[in-house]
Amino acid sequence: MSVQGKLTLLCDAKTDGSFLVHHFLSFYLKANCKVCLVALIQSFSHYNIVGQKLGVSLTAARERGQLVVLEGLKSGVDVFFRPREEPHPLQFLREANAGDLQPLYAFVRDALQPVDSGEAAWRCPVLLVDDLSVLLSLGVGPVAVLDFVHYCRATVCQEWKGNVVCLVHDSGDTEDEESDVLLNGLSHQSHLILRAEGLATGFCKDVHGQLRILWRRPLQPTTHRDRSLTYQYKIQDKSVSFFAKGMSPAVL
Amino acid sequence: RHLSPRLRPSEGLARPPPPPTDNCPNGPFRPGHGKSVERDVVPTCVYQHSGGAIPHSVEWEGRSLLKALVKKSALRGEQVHVLGCEVSEEEFREGFDSNINSRLVYHDLFRDPLSWSKPGKALPGGPLEALRALDKRTVSGPATIALDSLSWLLHHLPCPTLCQTLHALSRQDSCPGDTPPGEQVRVLGLLHEELHGPGPLGALSSLAQTEVTLSGMMGQASAQILCRRPRQRPTHQTQWFSILPDFSLELQAEPPLESQPRSDPHTPSVDPTTHLTFNLHLSKKEREAKDSLTLPFQFSSEKQQALLRPGLGQATSHIFYEPDAYDDLDQEDPDDDLDV
Repeated sequence: MSVQGKLTLLCDAKTDGSFLVHHFLSFYLKANCKVCLVALIQSFSHYNIVGQKLGVSLTAARERGQLVVLEGLKSGVDVFFRPREEPHPLQFLREANAGDLQPLYAFVRDALQPVDSGEAAWRCPVLLVDDLSVLLSLGVGPVAVLDFVHYCRATVCQEWKGNVVCLVHDSGDTEDEESDVLLNGLSHQSHLILRAEGLATGFCKDVHGQLRILWRRPLQPTTHRDRSLTYQYKIQDKSVSFFAKGMSPAVL
Repeated sequence: RHLSPRLRPSEGLARPPPPPTDNCPNGPFRPGHGKSVERDVVPTCVYQHSGGAIPHSVEWEGRSLLKALVKKSALRGEQVHVLGCEVSEEEFREGFDSNINSRLVYHDLFRDPLSWSKPGKALPGGPLEALRALDKRTVSGPATIALDSLSWLLHHLPCPTLCQTLHALSRQDSCPGDTPPGEQVRVLGLLHEELHGPGPLGALSSLAQTEVTLSGMMGQASAQILCRRPRQRPTHQTQWFSILPDFSLELQAEPPLESQPRSDPHTPSVDPTTHLTFNLHLSKKEREAKDSLTLPFQFSSEKQQALLRPGLGQATSHIFYEPDAYDDLDQEDPDDDLDV
């Protein structure tokens, strides 16, 4: 695995970028990495079903300890039925004014902490968050979310040479200041930005969208031209096909 | 704060792009004495019509320039203190040779700025104390303080506190009589413009003597430099530059020439006619046949001659008809009863 210690930002605008999350989840599981999935949007079975189409079994991965999942939809309710003293990763749901995400960071840290068990268990640790924008909807401030990602980056990327992949939504032309601050702040922290955009002309059956790839923080300052690429894509049942702009087989 | 619905179904229909907004805070940057603030990128007056813009600031990042300026200071023999909030020490020192790294003191606010780690790795007192401590560290000789980044500090400290502390850091400049010129402290700050509102941006730019806003065109970076000297008019200047891999700053005199859009030599040009189910090519014979074809309504001289001499060499057409059993051949003209 040549890419280590990197923060990859997945961003979608006017389209659904969750296919990228499923891709990275199956990619890292197949690459034998220890994965922590903070799943705030969908249930575990959803990821499992899609994972099976992509060739990985999440239940098996969870059983053998390769995958740790925080199911936000399920455990969010637990917060209210547990004694207050016990820390919970989604503690902020209970607070009157949502403070910081330190408990969530603590959960991630404990889940991915390299264990000195003697045997070479897994390759680098990976954190996947789906997604960060929902935290804003739950009352967390953008700076608190940025701090959470900062700490994940410092621990998972810098210290343990692992990778972090986060999905965030671009609110587009709706003037959502907090979302913009979060997206821009994350963009500055990221090494790689994958931006899935709907086509400007609207919905198309054969071309589902456009993917822009932007490399940031290169080791050497290089010219801008070398640092970004654009592809168009079509999502199929078990894969995604990419092609250069305007080169979809359906269009030619 | 009330929760606003942020989850929206992904909309397939495109909406017309909003008109470009004119929120261009213009801050002055001055290289040289006193405090200079670098801002990532151009004000958001340019709207990219690709259905969503990666803000320019993300593409034209300012850390390379900050590192280039840090390198320049170090090569002049100054001590450089870096308050690092956004990147690790390892990453910041990358690209510098040992000569520069030995003059660089990195105050690490990256690893544990908010004291979340159990065995605390944080700098005591948190970000504010770390910032204030920089003042005391610059003991003797000229020094440069680099803040990476001001945006992080602005997010975690109240704006007035930050401004007061920054002012105190560079206060030696306000009283040039007290300190000899060699003892002056230069403060450089990196700011990500699009993360803040106009209020904090305005406050910071009023503190800065120089403001450098980065942008670029066609792969070439440029800096808008605004200098504010006391009792003088602000001067504005555009400087094209590039930063070499070893973080040396190379200034260019002219903007890049308008180059023809040429295909990138690295990406092979794709022939769109290769994988089609129908044939778009013409063979030589087909091409000749196509070229020699006269179009039906094309009035050439041959056609003109043929019309002027009717019947010559032109046989009238015959219709051969074999009636079958069911045909009723009536010799009468069906239009006979028409009174035309």
